[in-house]
Amino acid sequence: MNYFSEGLVWFNDPLNWTNPGGLLDRLSEHLAISAWAVLLGCLVGWPLGIWMGHRGRGGGVVVTLANLTLAIPTLAMLTILPLTPLGFGRPPVVVALAVFAVPPLLANAYTGLRQIDPETRDAARGMGLSGGQLLRRVELPLAVPYLAAGLRTAAVQVVATAALATFVNGGGLGEIIRAGFGVGMSNGGGGQIVAGGIAVALLALLVEALLAGLQRLVTPRALRARGRRATPSVVPTA
Amino acid sequence: MSFLSWGGDLAGGRGFAAVAAPADDGPGNPWFSWRYVQDNADAILSALRFHADLTARSVLIALLVALPLSVLAYWIKPLTGPILALSGILYTIPSLALLALLAPAVGTTSSTSVLIALVLYALLVLVRNALAGLTQVPAEVRDAATGMGYGRVGRLLRIELPLALPGILTGLRLATVSTVALVTVGALIGKGGLGDLILGGFASNFFKAQIVTGTILCVGLALILDLLLAGVGRLLTPWTRVRRS
Repeated sequence: MNYFSEGLVWFNDPLNWTNPGGLLDRLSEHLAISAWAVLLGCLVGWPLGIWMGHRGRGGGVVVTLANLTLAIPTLAMLTILPLTPLGFGRPPVVVALAVFAVPPLLANAYTGLRQIDPETRDAARGMGLSGGQLLRRVELPLAVPYLAAGLRTAAVQVVATAALATFVNGGGLGEIIRAGFGVGMSNGGGGQIVAGGIAVALLALLVEALLAGLQRLVTPRALRARGRRATPSVVPTA
Repeated sequence: MSFLSWGGDLAGGRGFAAVAAPADDGPGNPWFSWRYVQDNADAILSALRFHADLTARSVLIALLVALPLSVLAYWIKPLTGPILALSGILYTIPSLALLALLAPAVGTTSSTSVLIALVLYALLVLVRNALAGLTQVPAEVRDAATGMGYGRVGRLLRIELPLALPGILTGLRLATVSTVALVTVGALIGKGGLGDLILGGFASNFFKAQIVTGTILCVGLALILDLLLAGVGRLLTPWTRVRRS
């Protein structure tokens, strides 16, 4: 059987899009969860990374944190957090995803501030800029490409892992895949599973493309050759 | 199909999911319980064994494919761009989506679907790092090797691959650690090893002890394998130690 064409047939039914719990419902859930998680991750990762980068300390912490979160399965976070005082519903899912968004945001913010030429920093000091002024007028503008790179890595990862929220009934596009398994392979569930897979994959690729464009947009032309992702693009997806 | 059977006969009726929290181990539902671990040692060990086995097989297969692939990309420069771009796109595809695309075709109850997805992800990490290691071999070293009369293959085996070893090992460690975490996603089709344990605990009345046991073992397995590979790396690349001290 050709499950791929069954998946396309599933997409072709308008009811699969507009039904309650259909594609559009799940997509908006998915985007809402992801947006909150990325926002929360930014609120934690950026100030911390910028502060550590400005002070020039804590590089070891950044590396340790990144390695440690690599070893923690998303599934464990998703199942443990609802049992804490966070309670059930959307908050634990958002927090679980945000935990995995912090390392790339933090690492890129830190690297973004550390990669600045020490001579630039010295020159700014020599011109009489205080620590805060140095941060606002020199360091942050120069780190913008790195912040954007971190945002891109984190957002793509969050959108990808948000699909796992279905394991704890957290909503999102993953629900379509799981519901497909519920229907069963013999009853045409295969098409729905494949359709869900295609939808999740397309969304991740779309977010990646959009944010790559954004990253290019906020990177000054002179920095474009250097403004690569600071973290190696080996991002865990679970 | 397997979603409806979370509670009881997960992966062939191991039955660890249906166990209730023991009454004499703190009030109700403790975060950790030795009693649970003792009573369910068999089920926990078999989940751990399945997890480790799947991880080992995935990483080994990925390594066997990745090495020739990165050498190919290294030798034939025009292939480097496409191979890396393809790996980037593949890596962006979420694990759950990949599993959903593979499982109906390969088999919704077979661990081969999980294995293929894991191999693909590990492959990309390994290729990237191996290629980075190979391209970091200094040009002078390559010239010197050629001057000493090494052919292409001899130079690769005796000079370039050993010098790329640190990069390859970094890739191997990253791939292993992330594969251990990724196996849990296989719980989608009841083939997630410790992921089944975690999800089973969640499904049977949020049995915390089972969830936490699964999580600890999962993180512990990743850390132990990482340390093991780091040790192997130290033994294989003694020159990096000499340089540092």
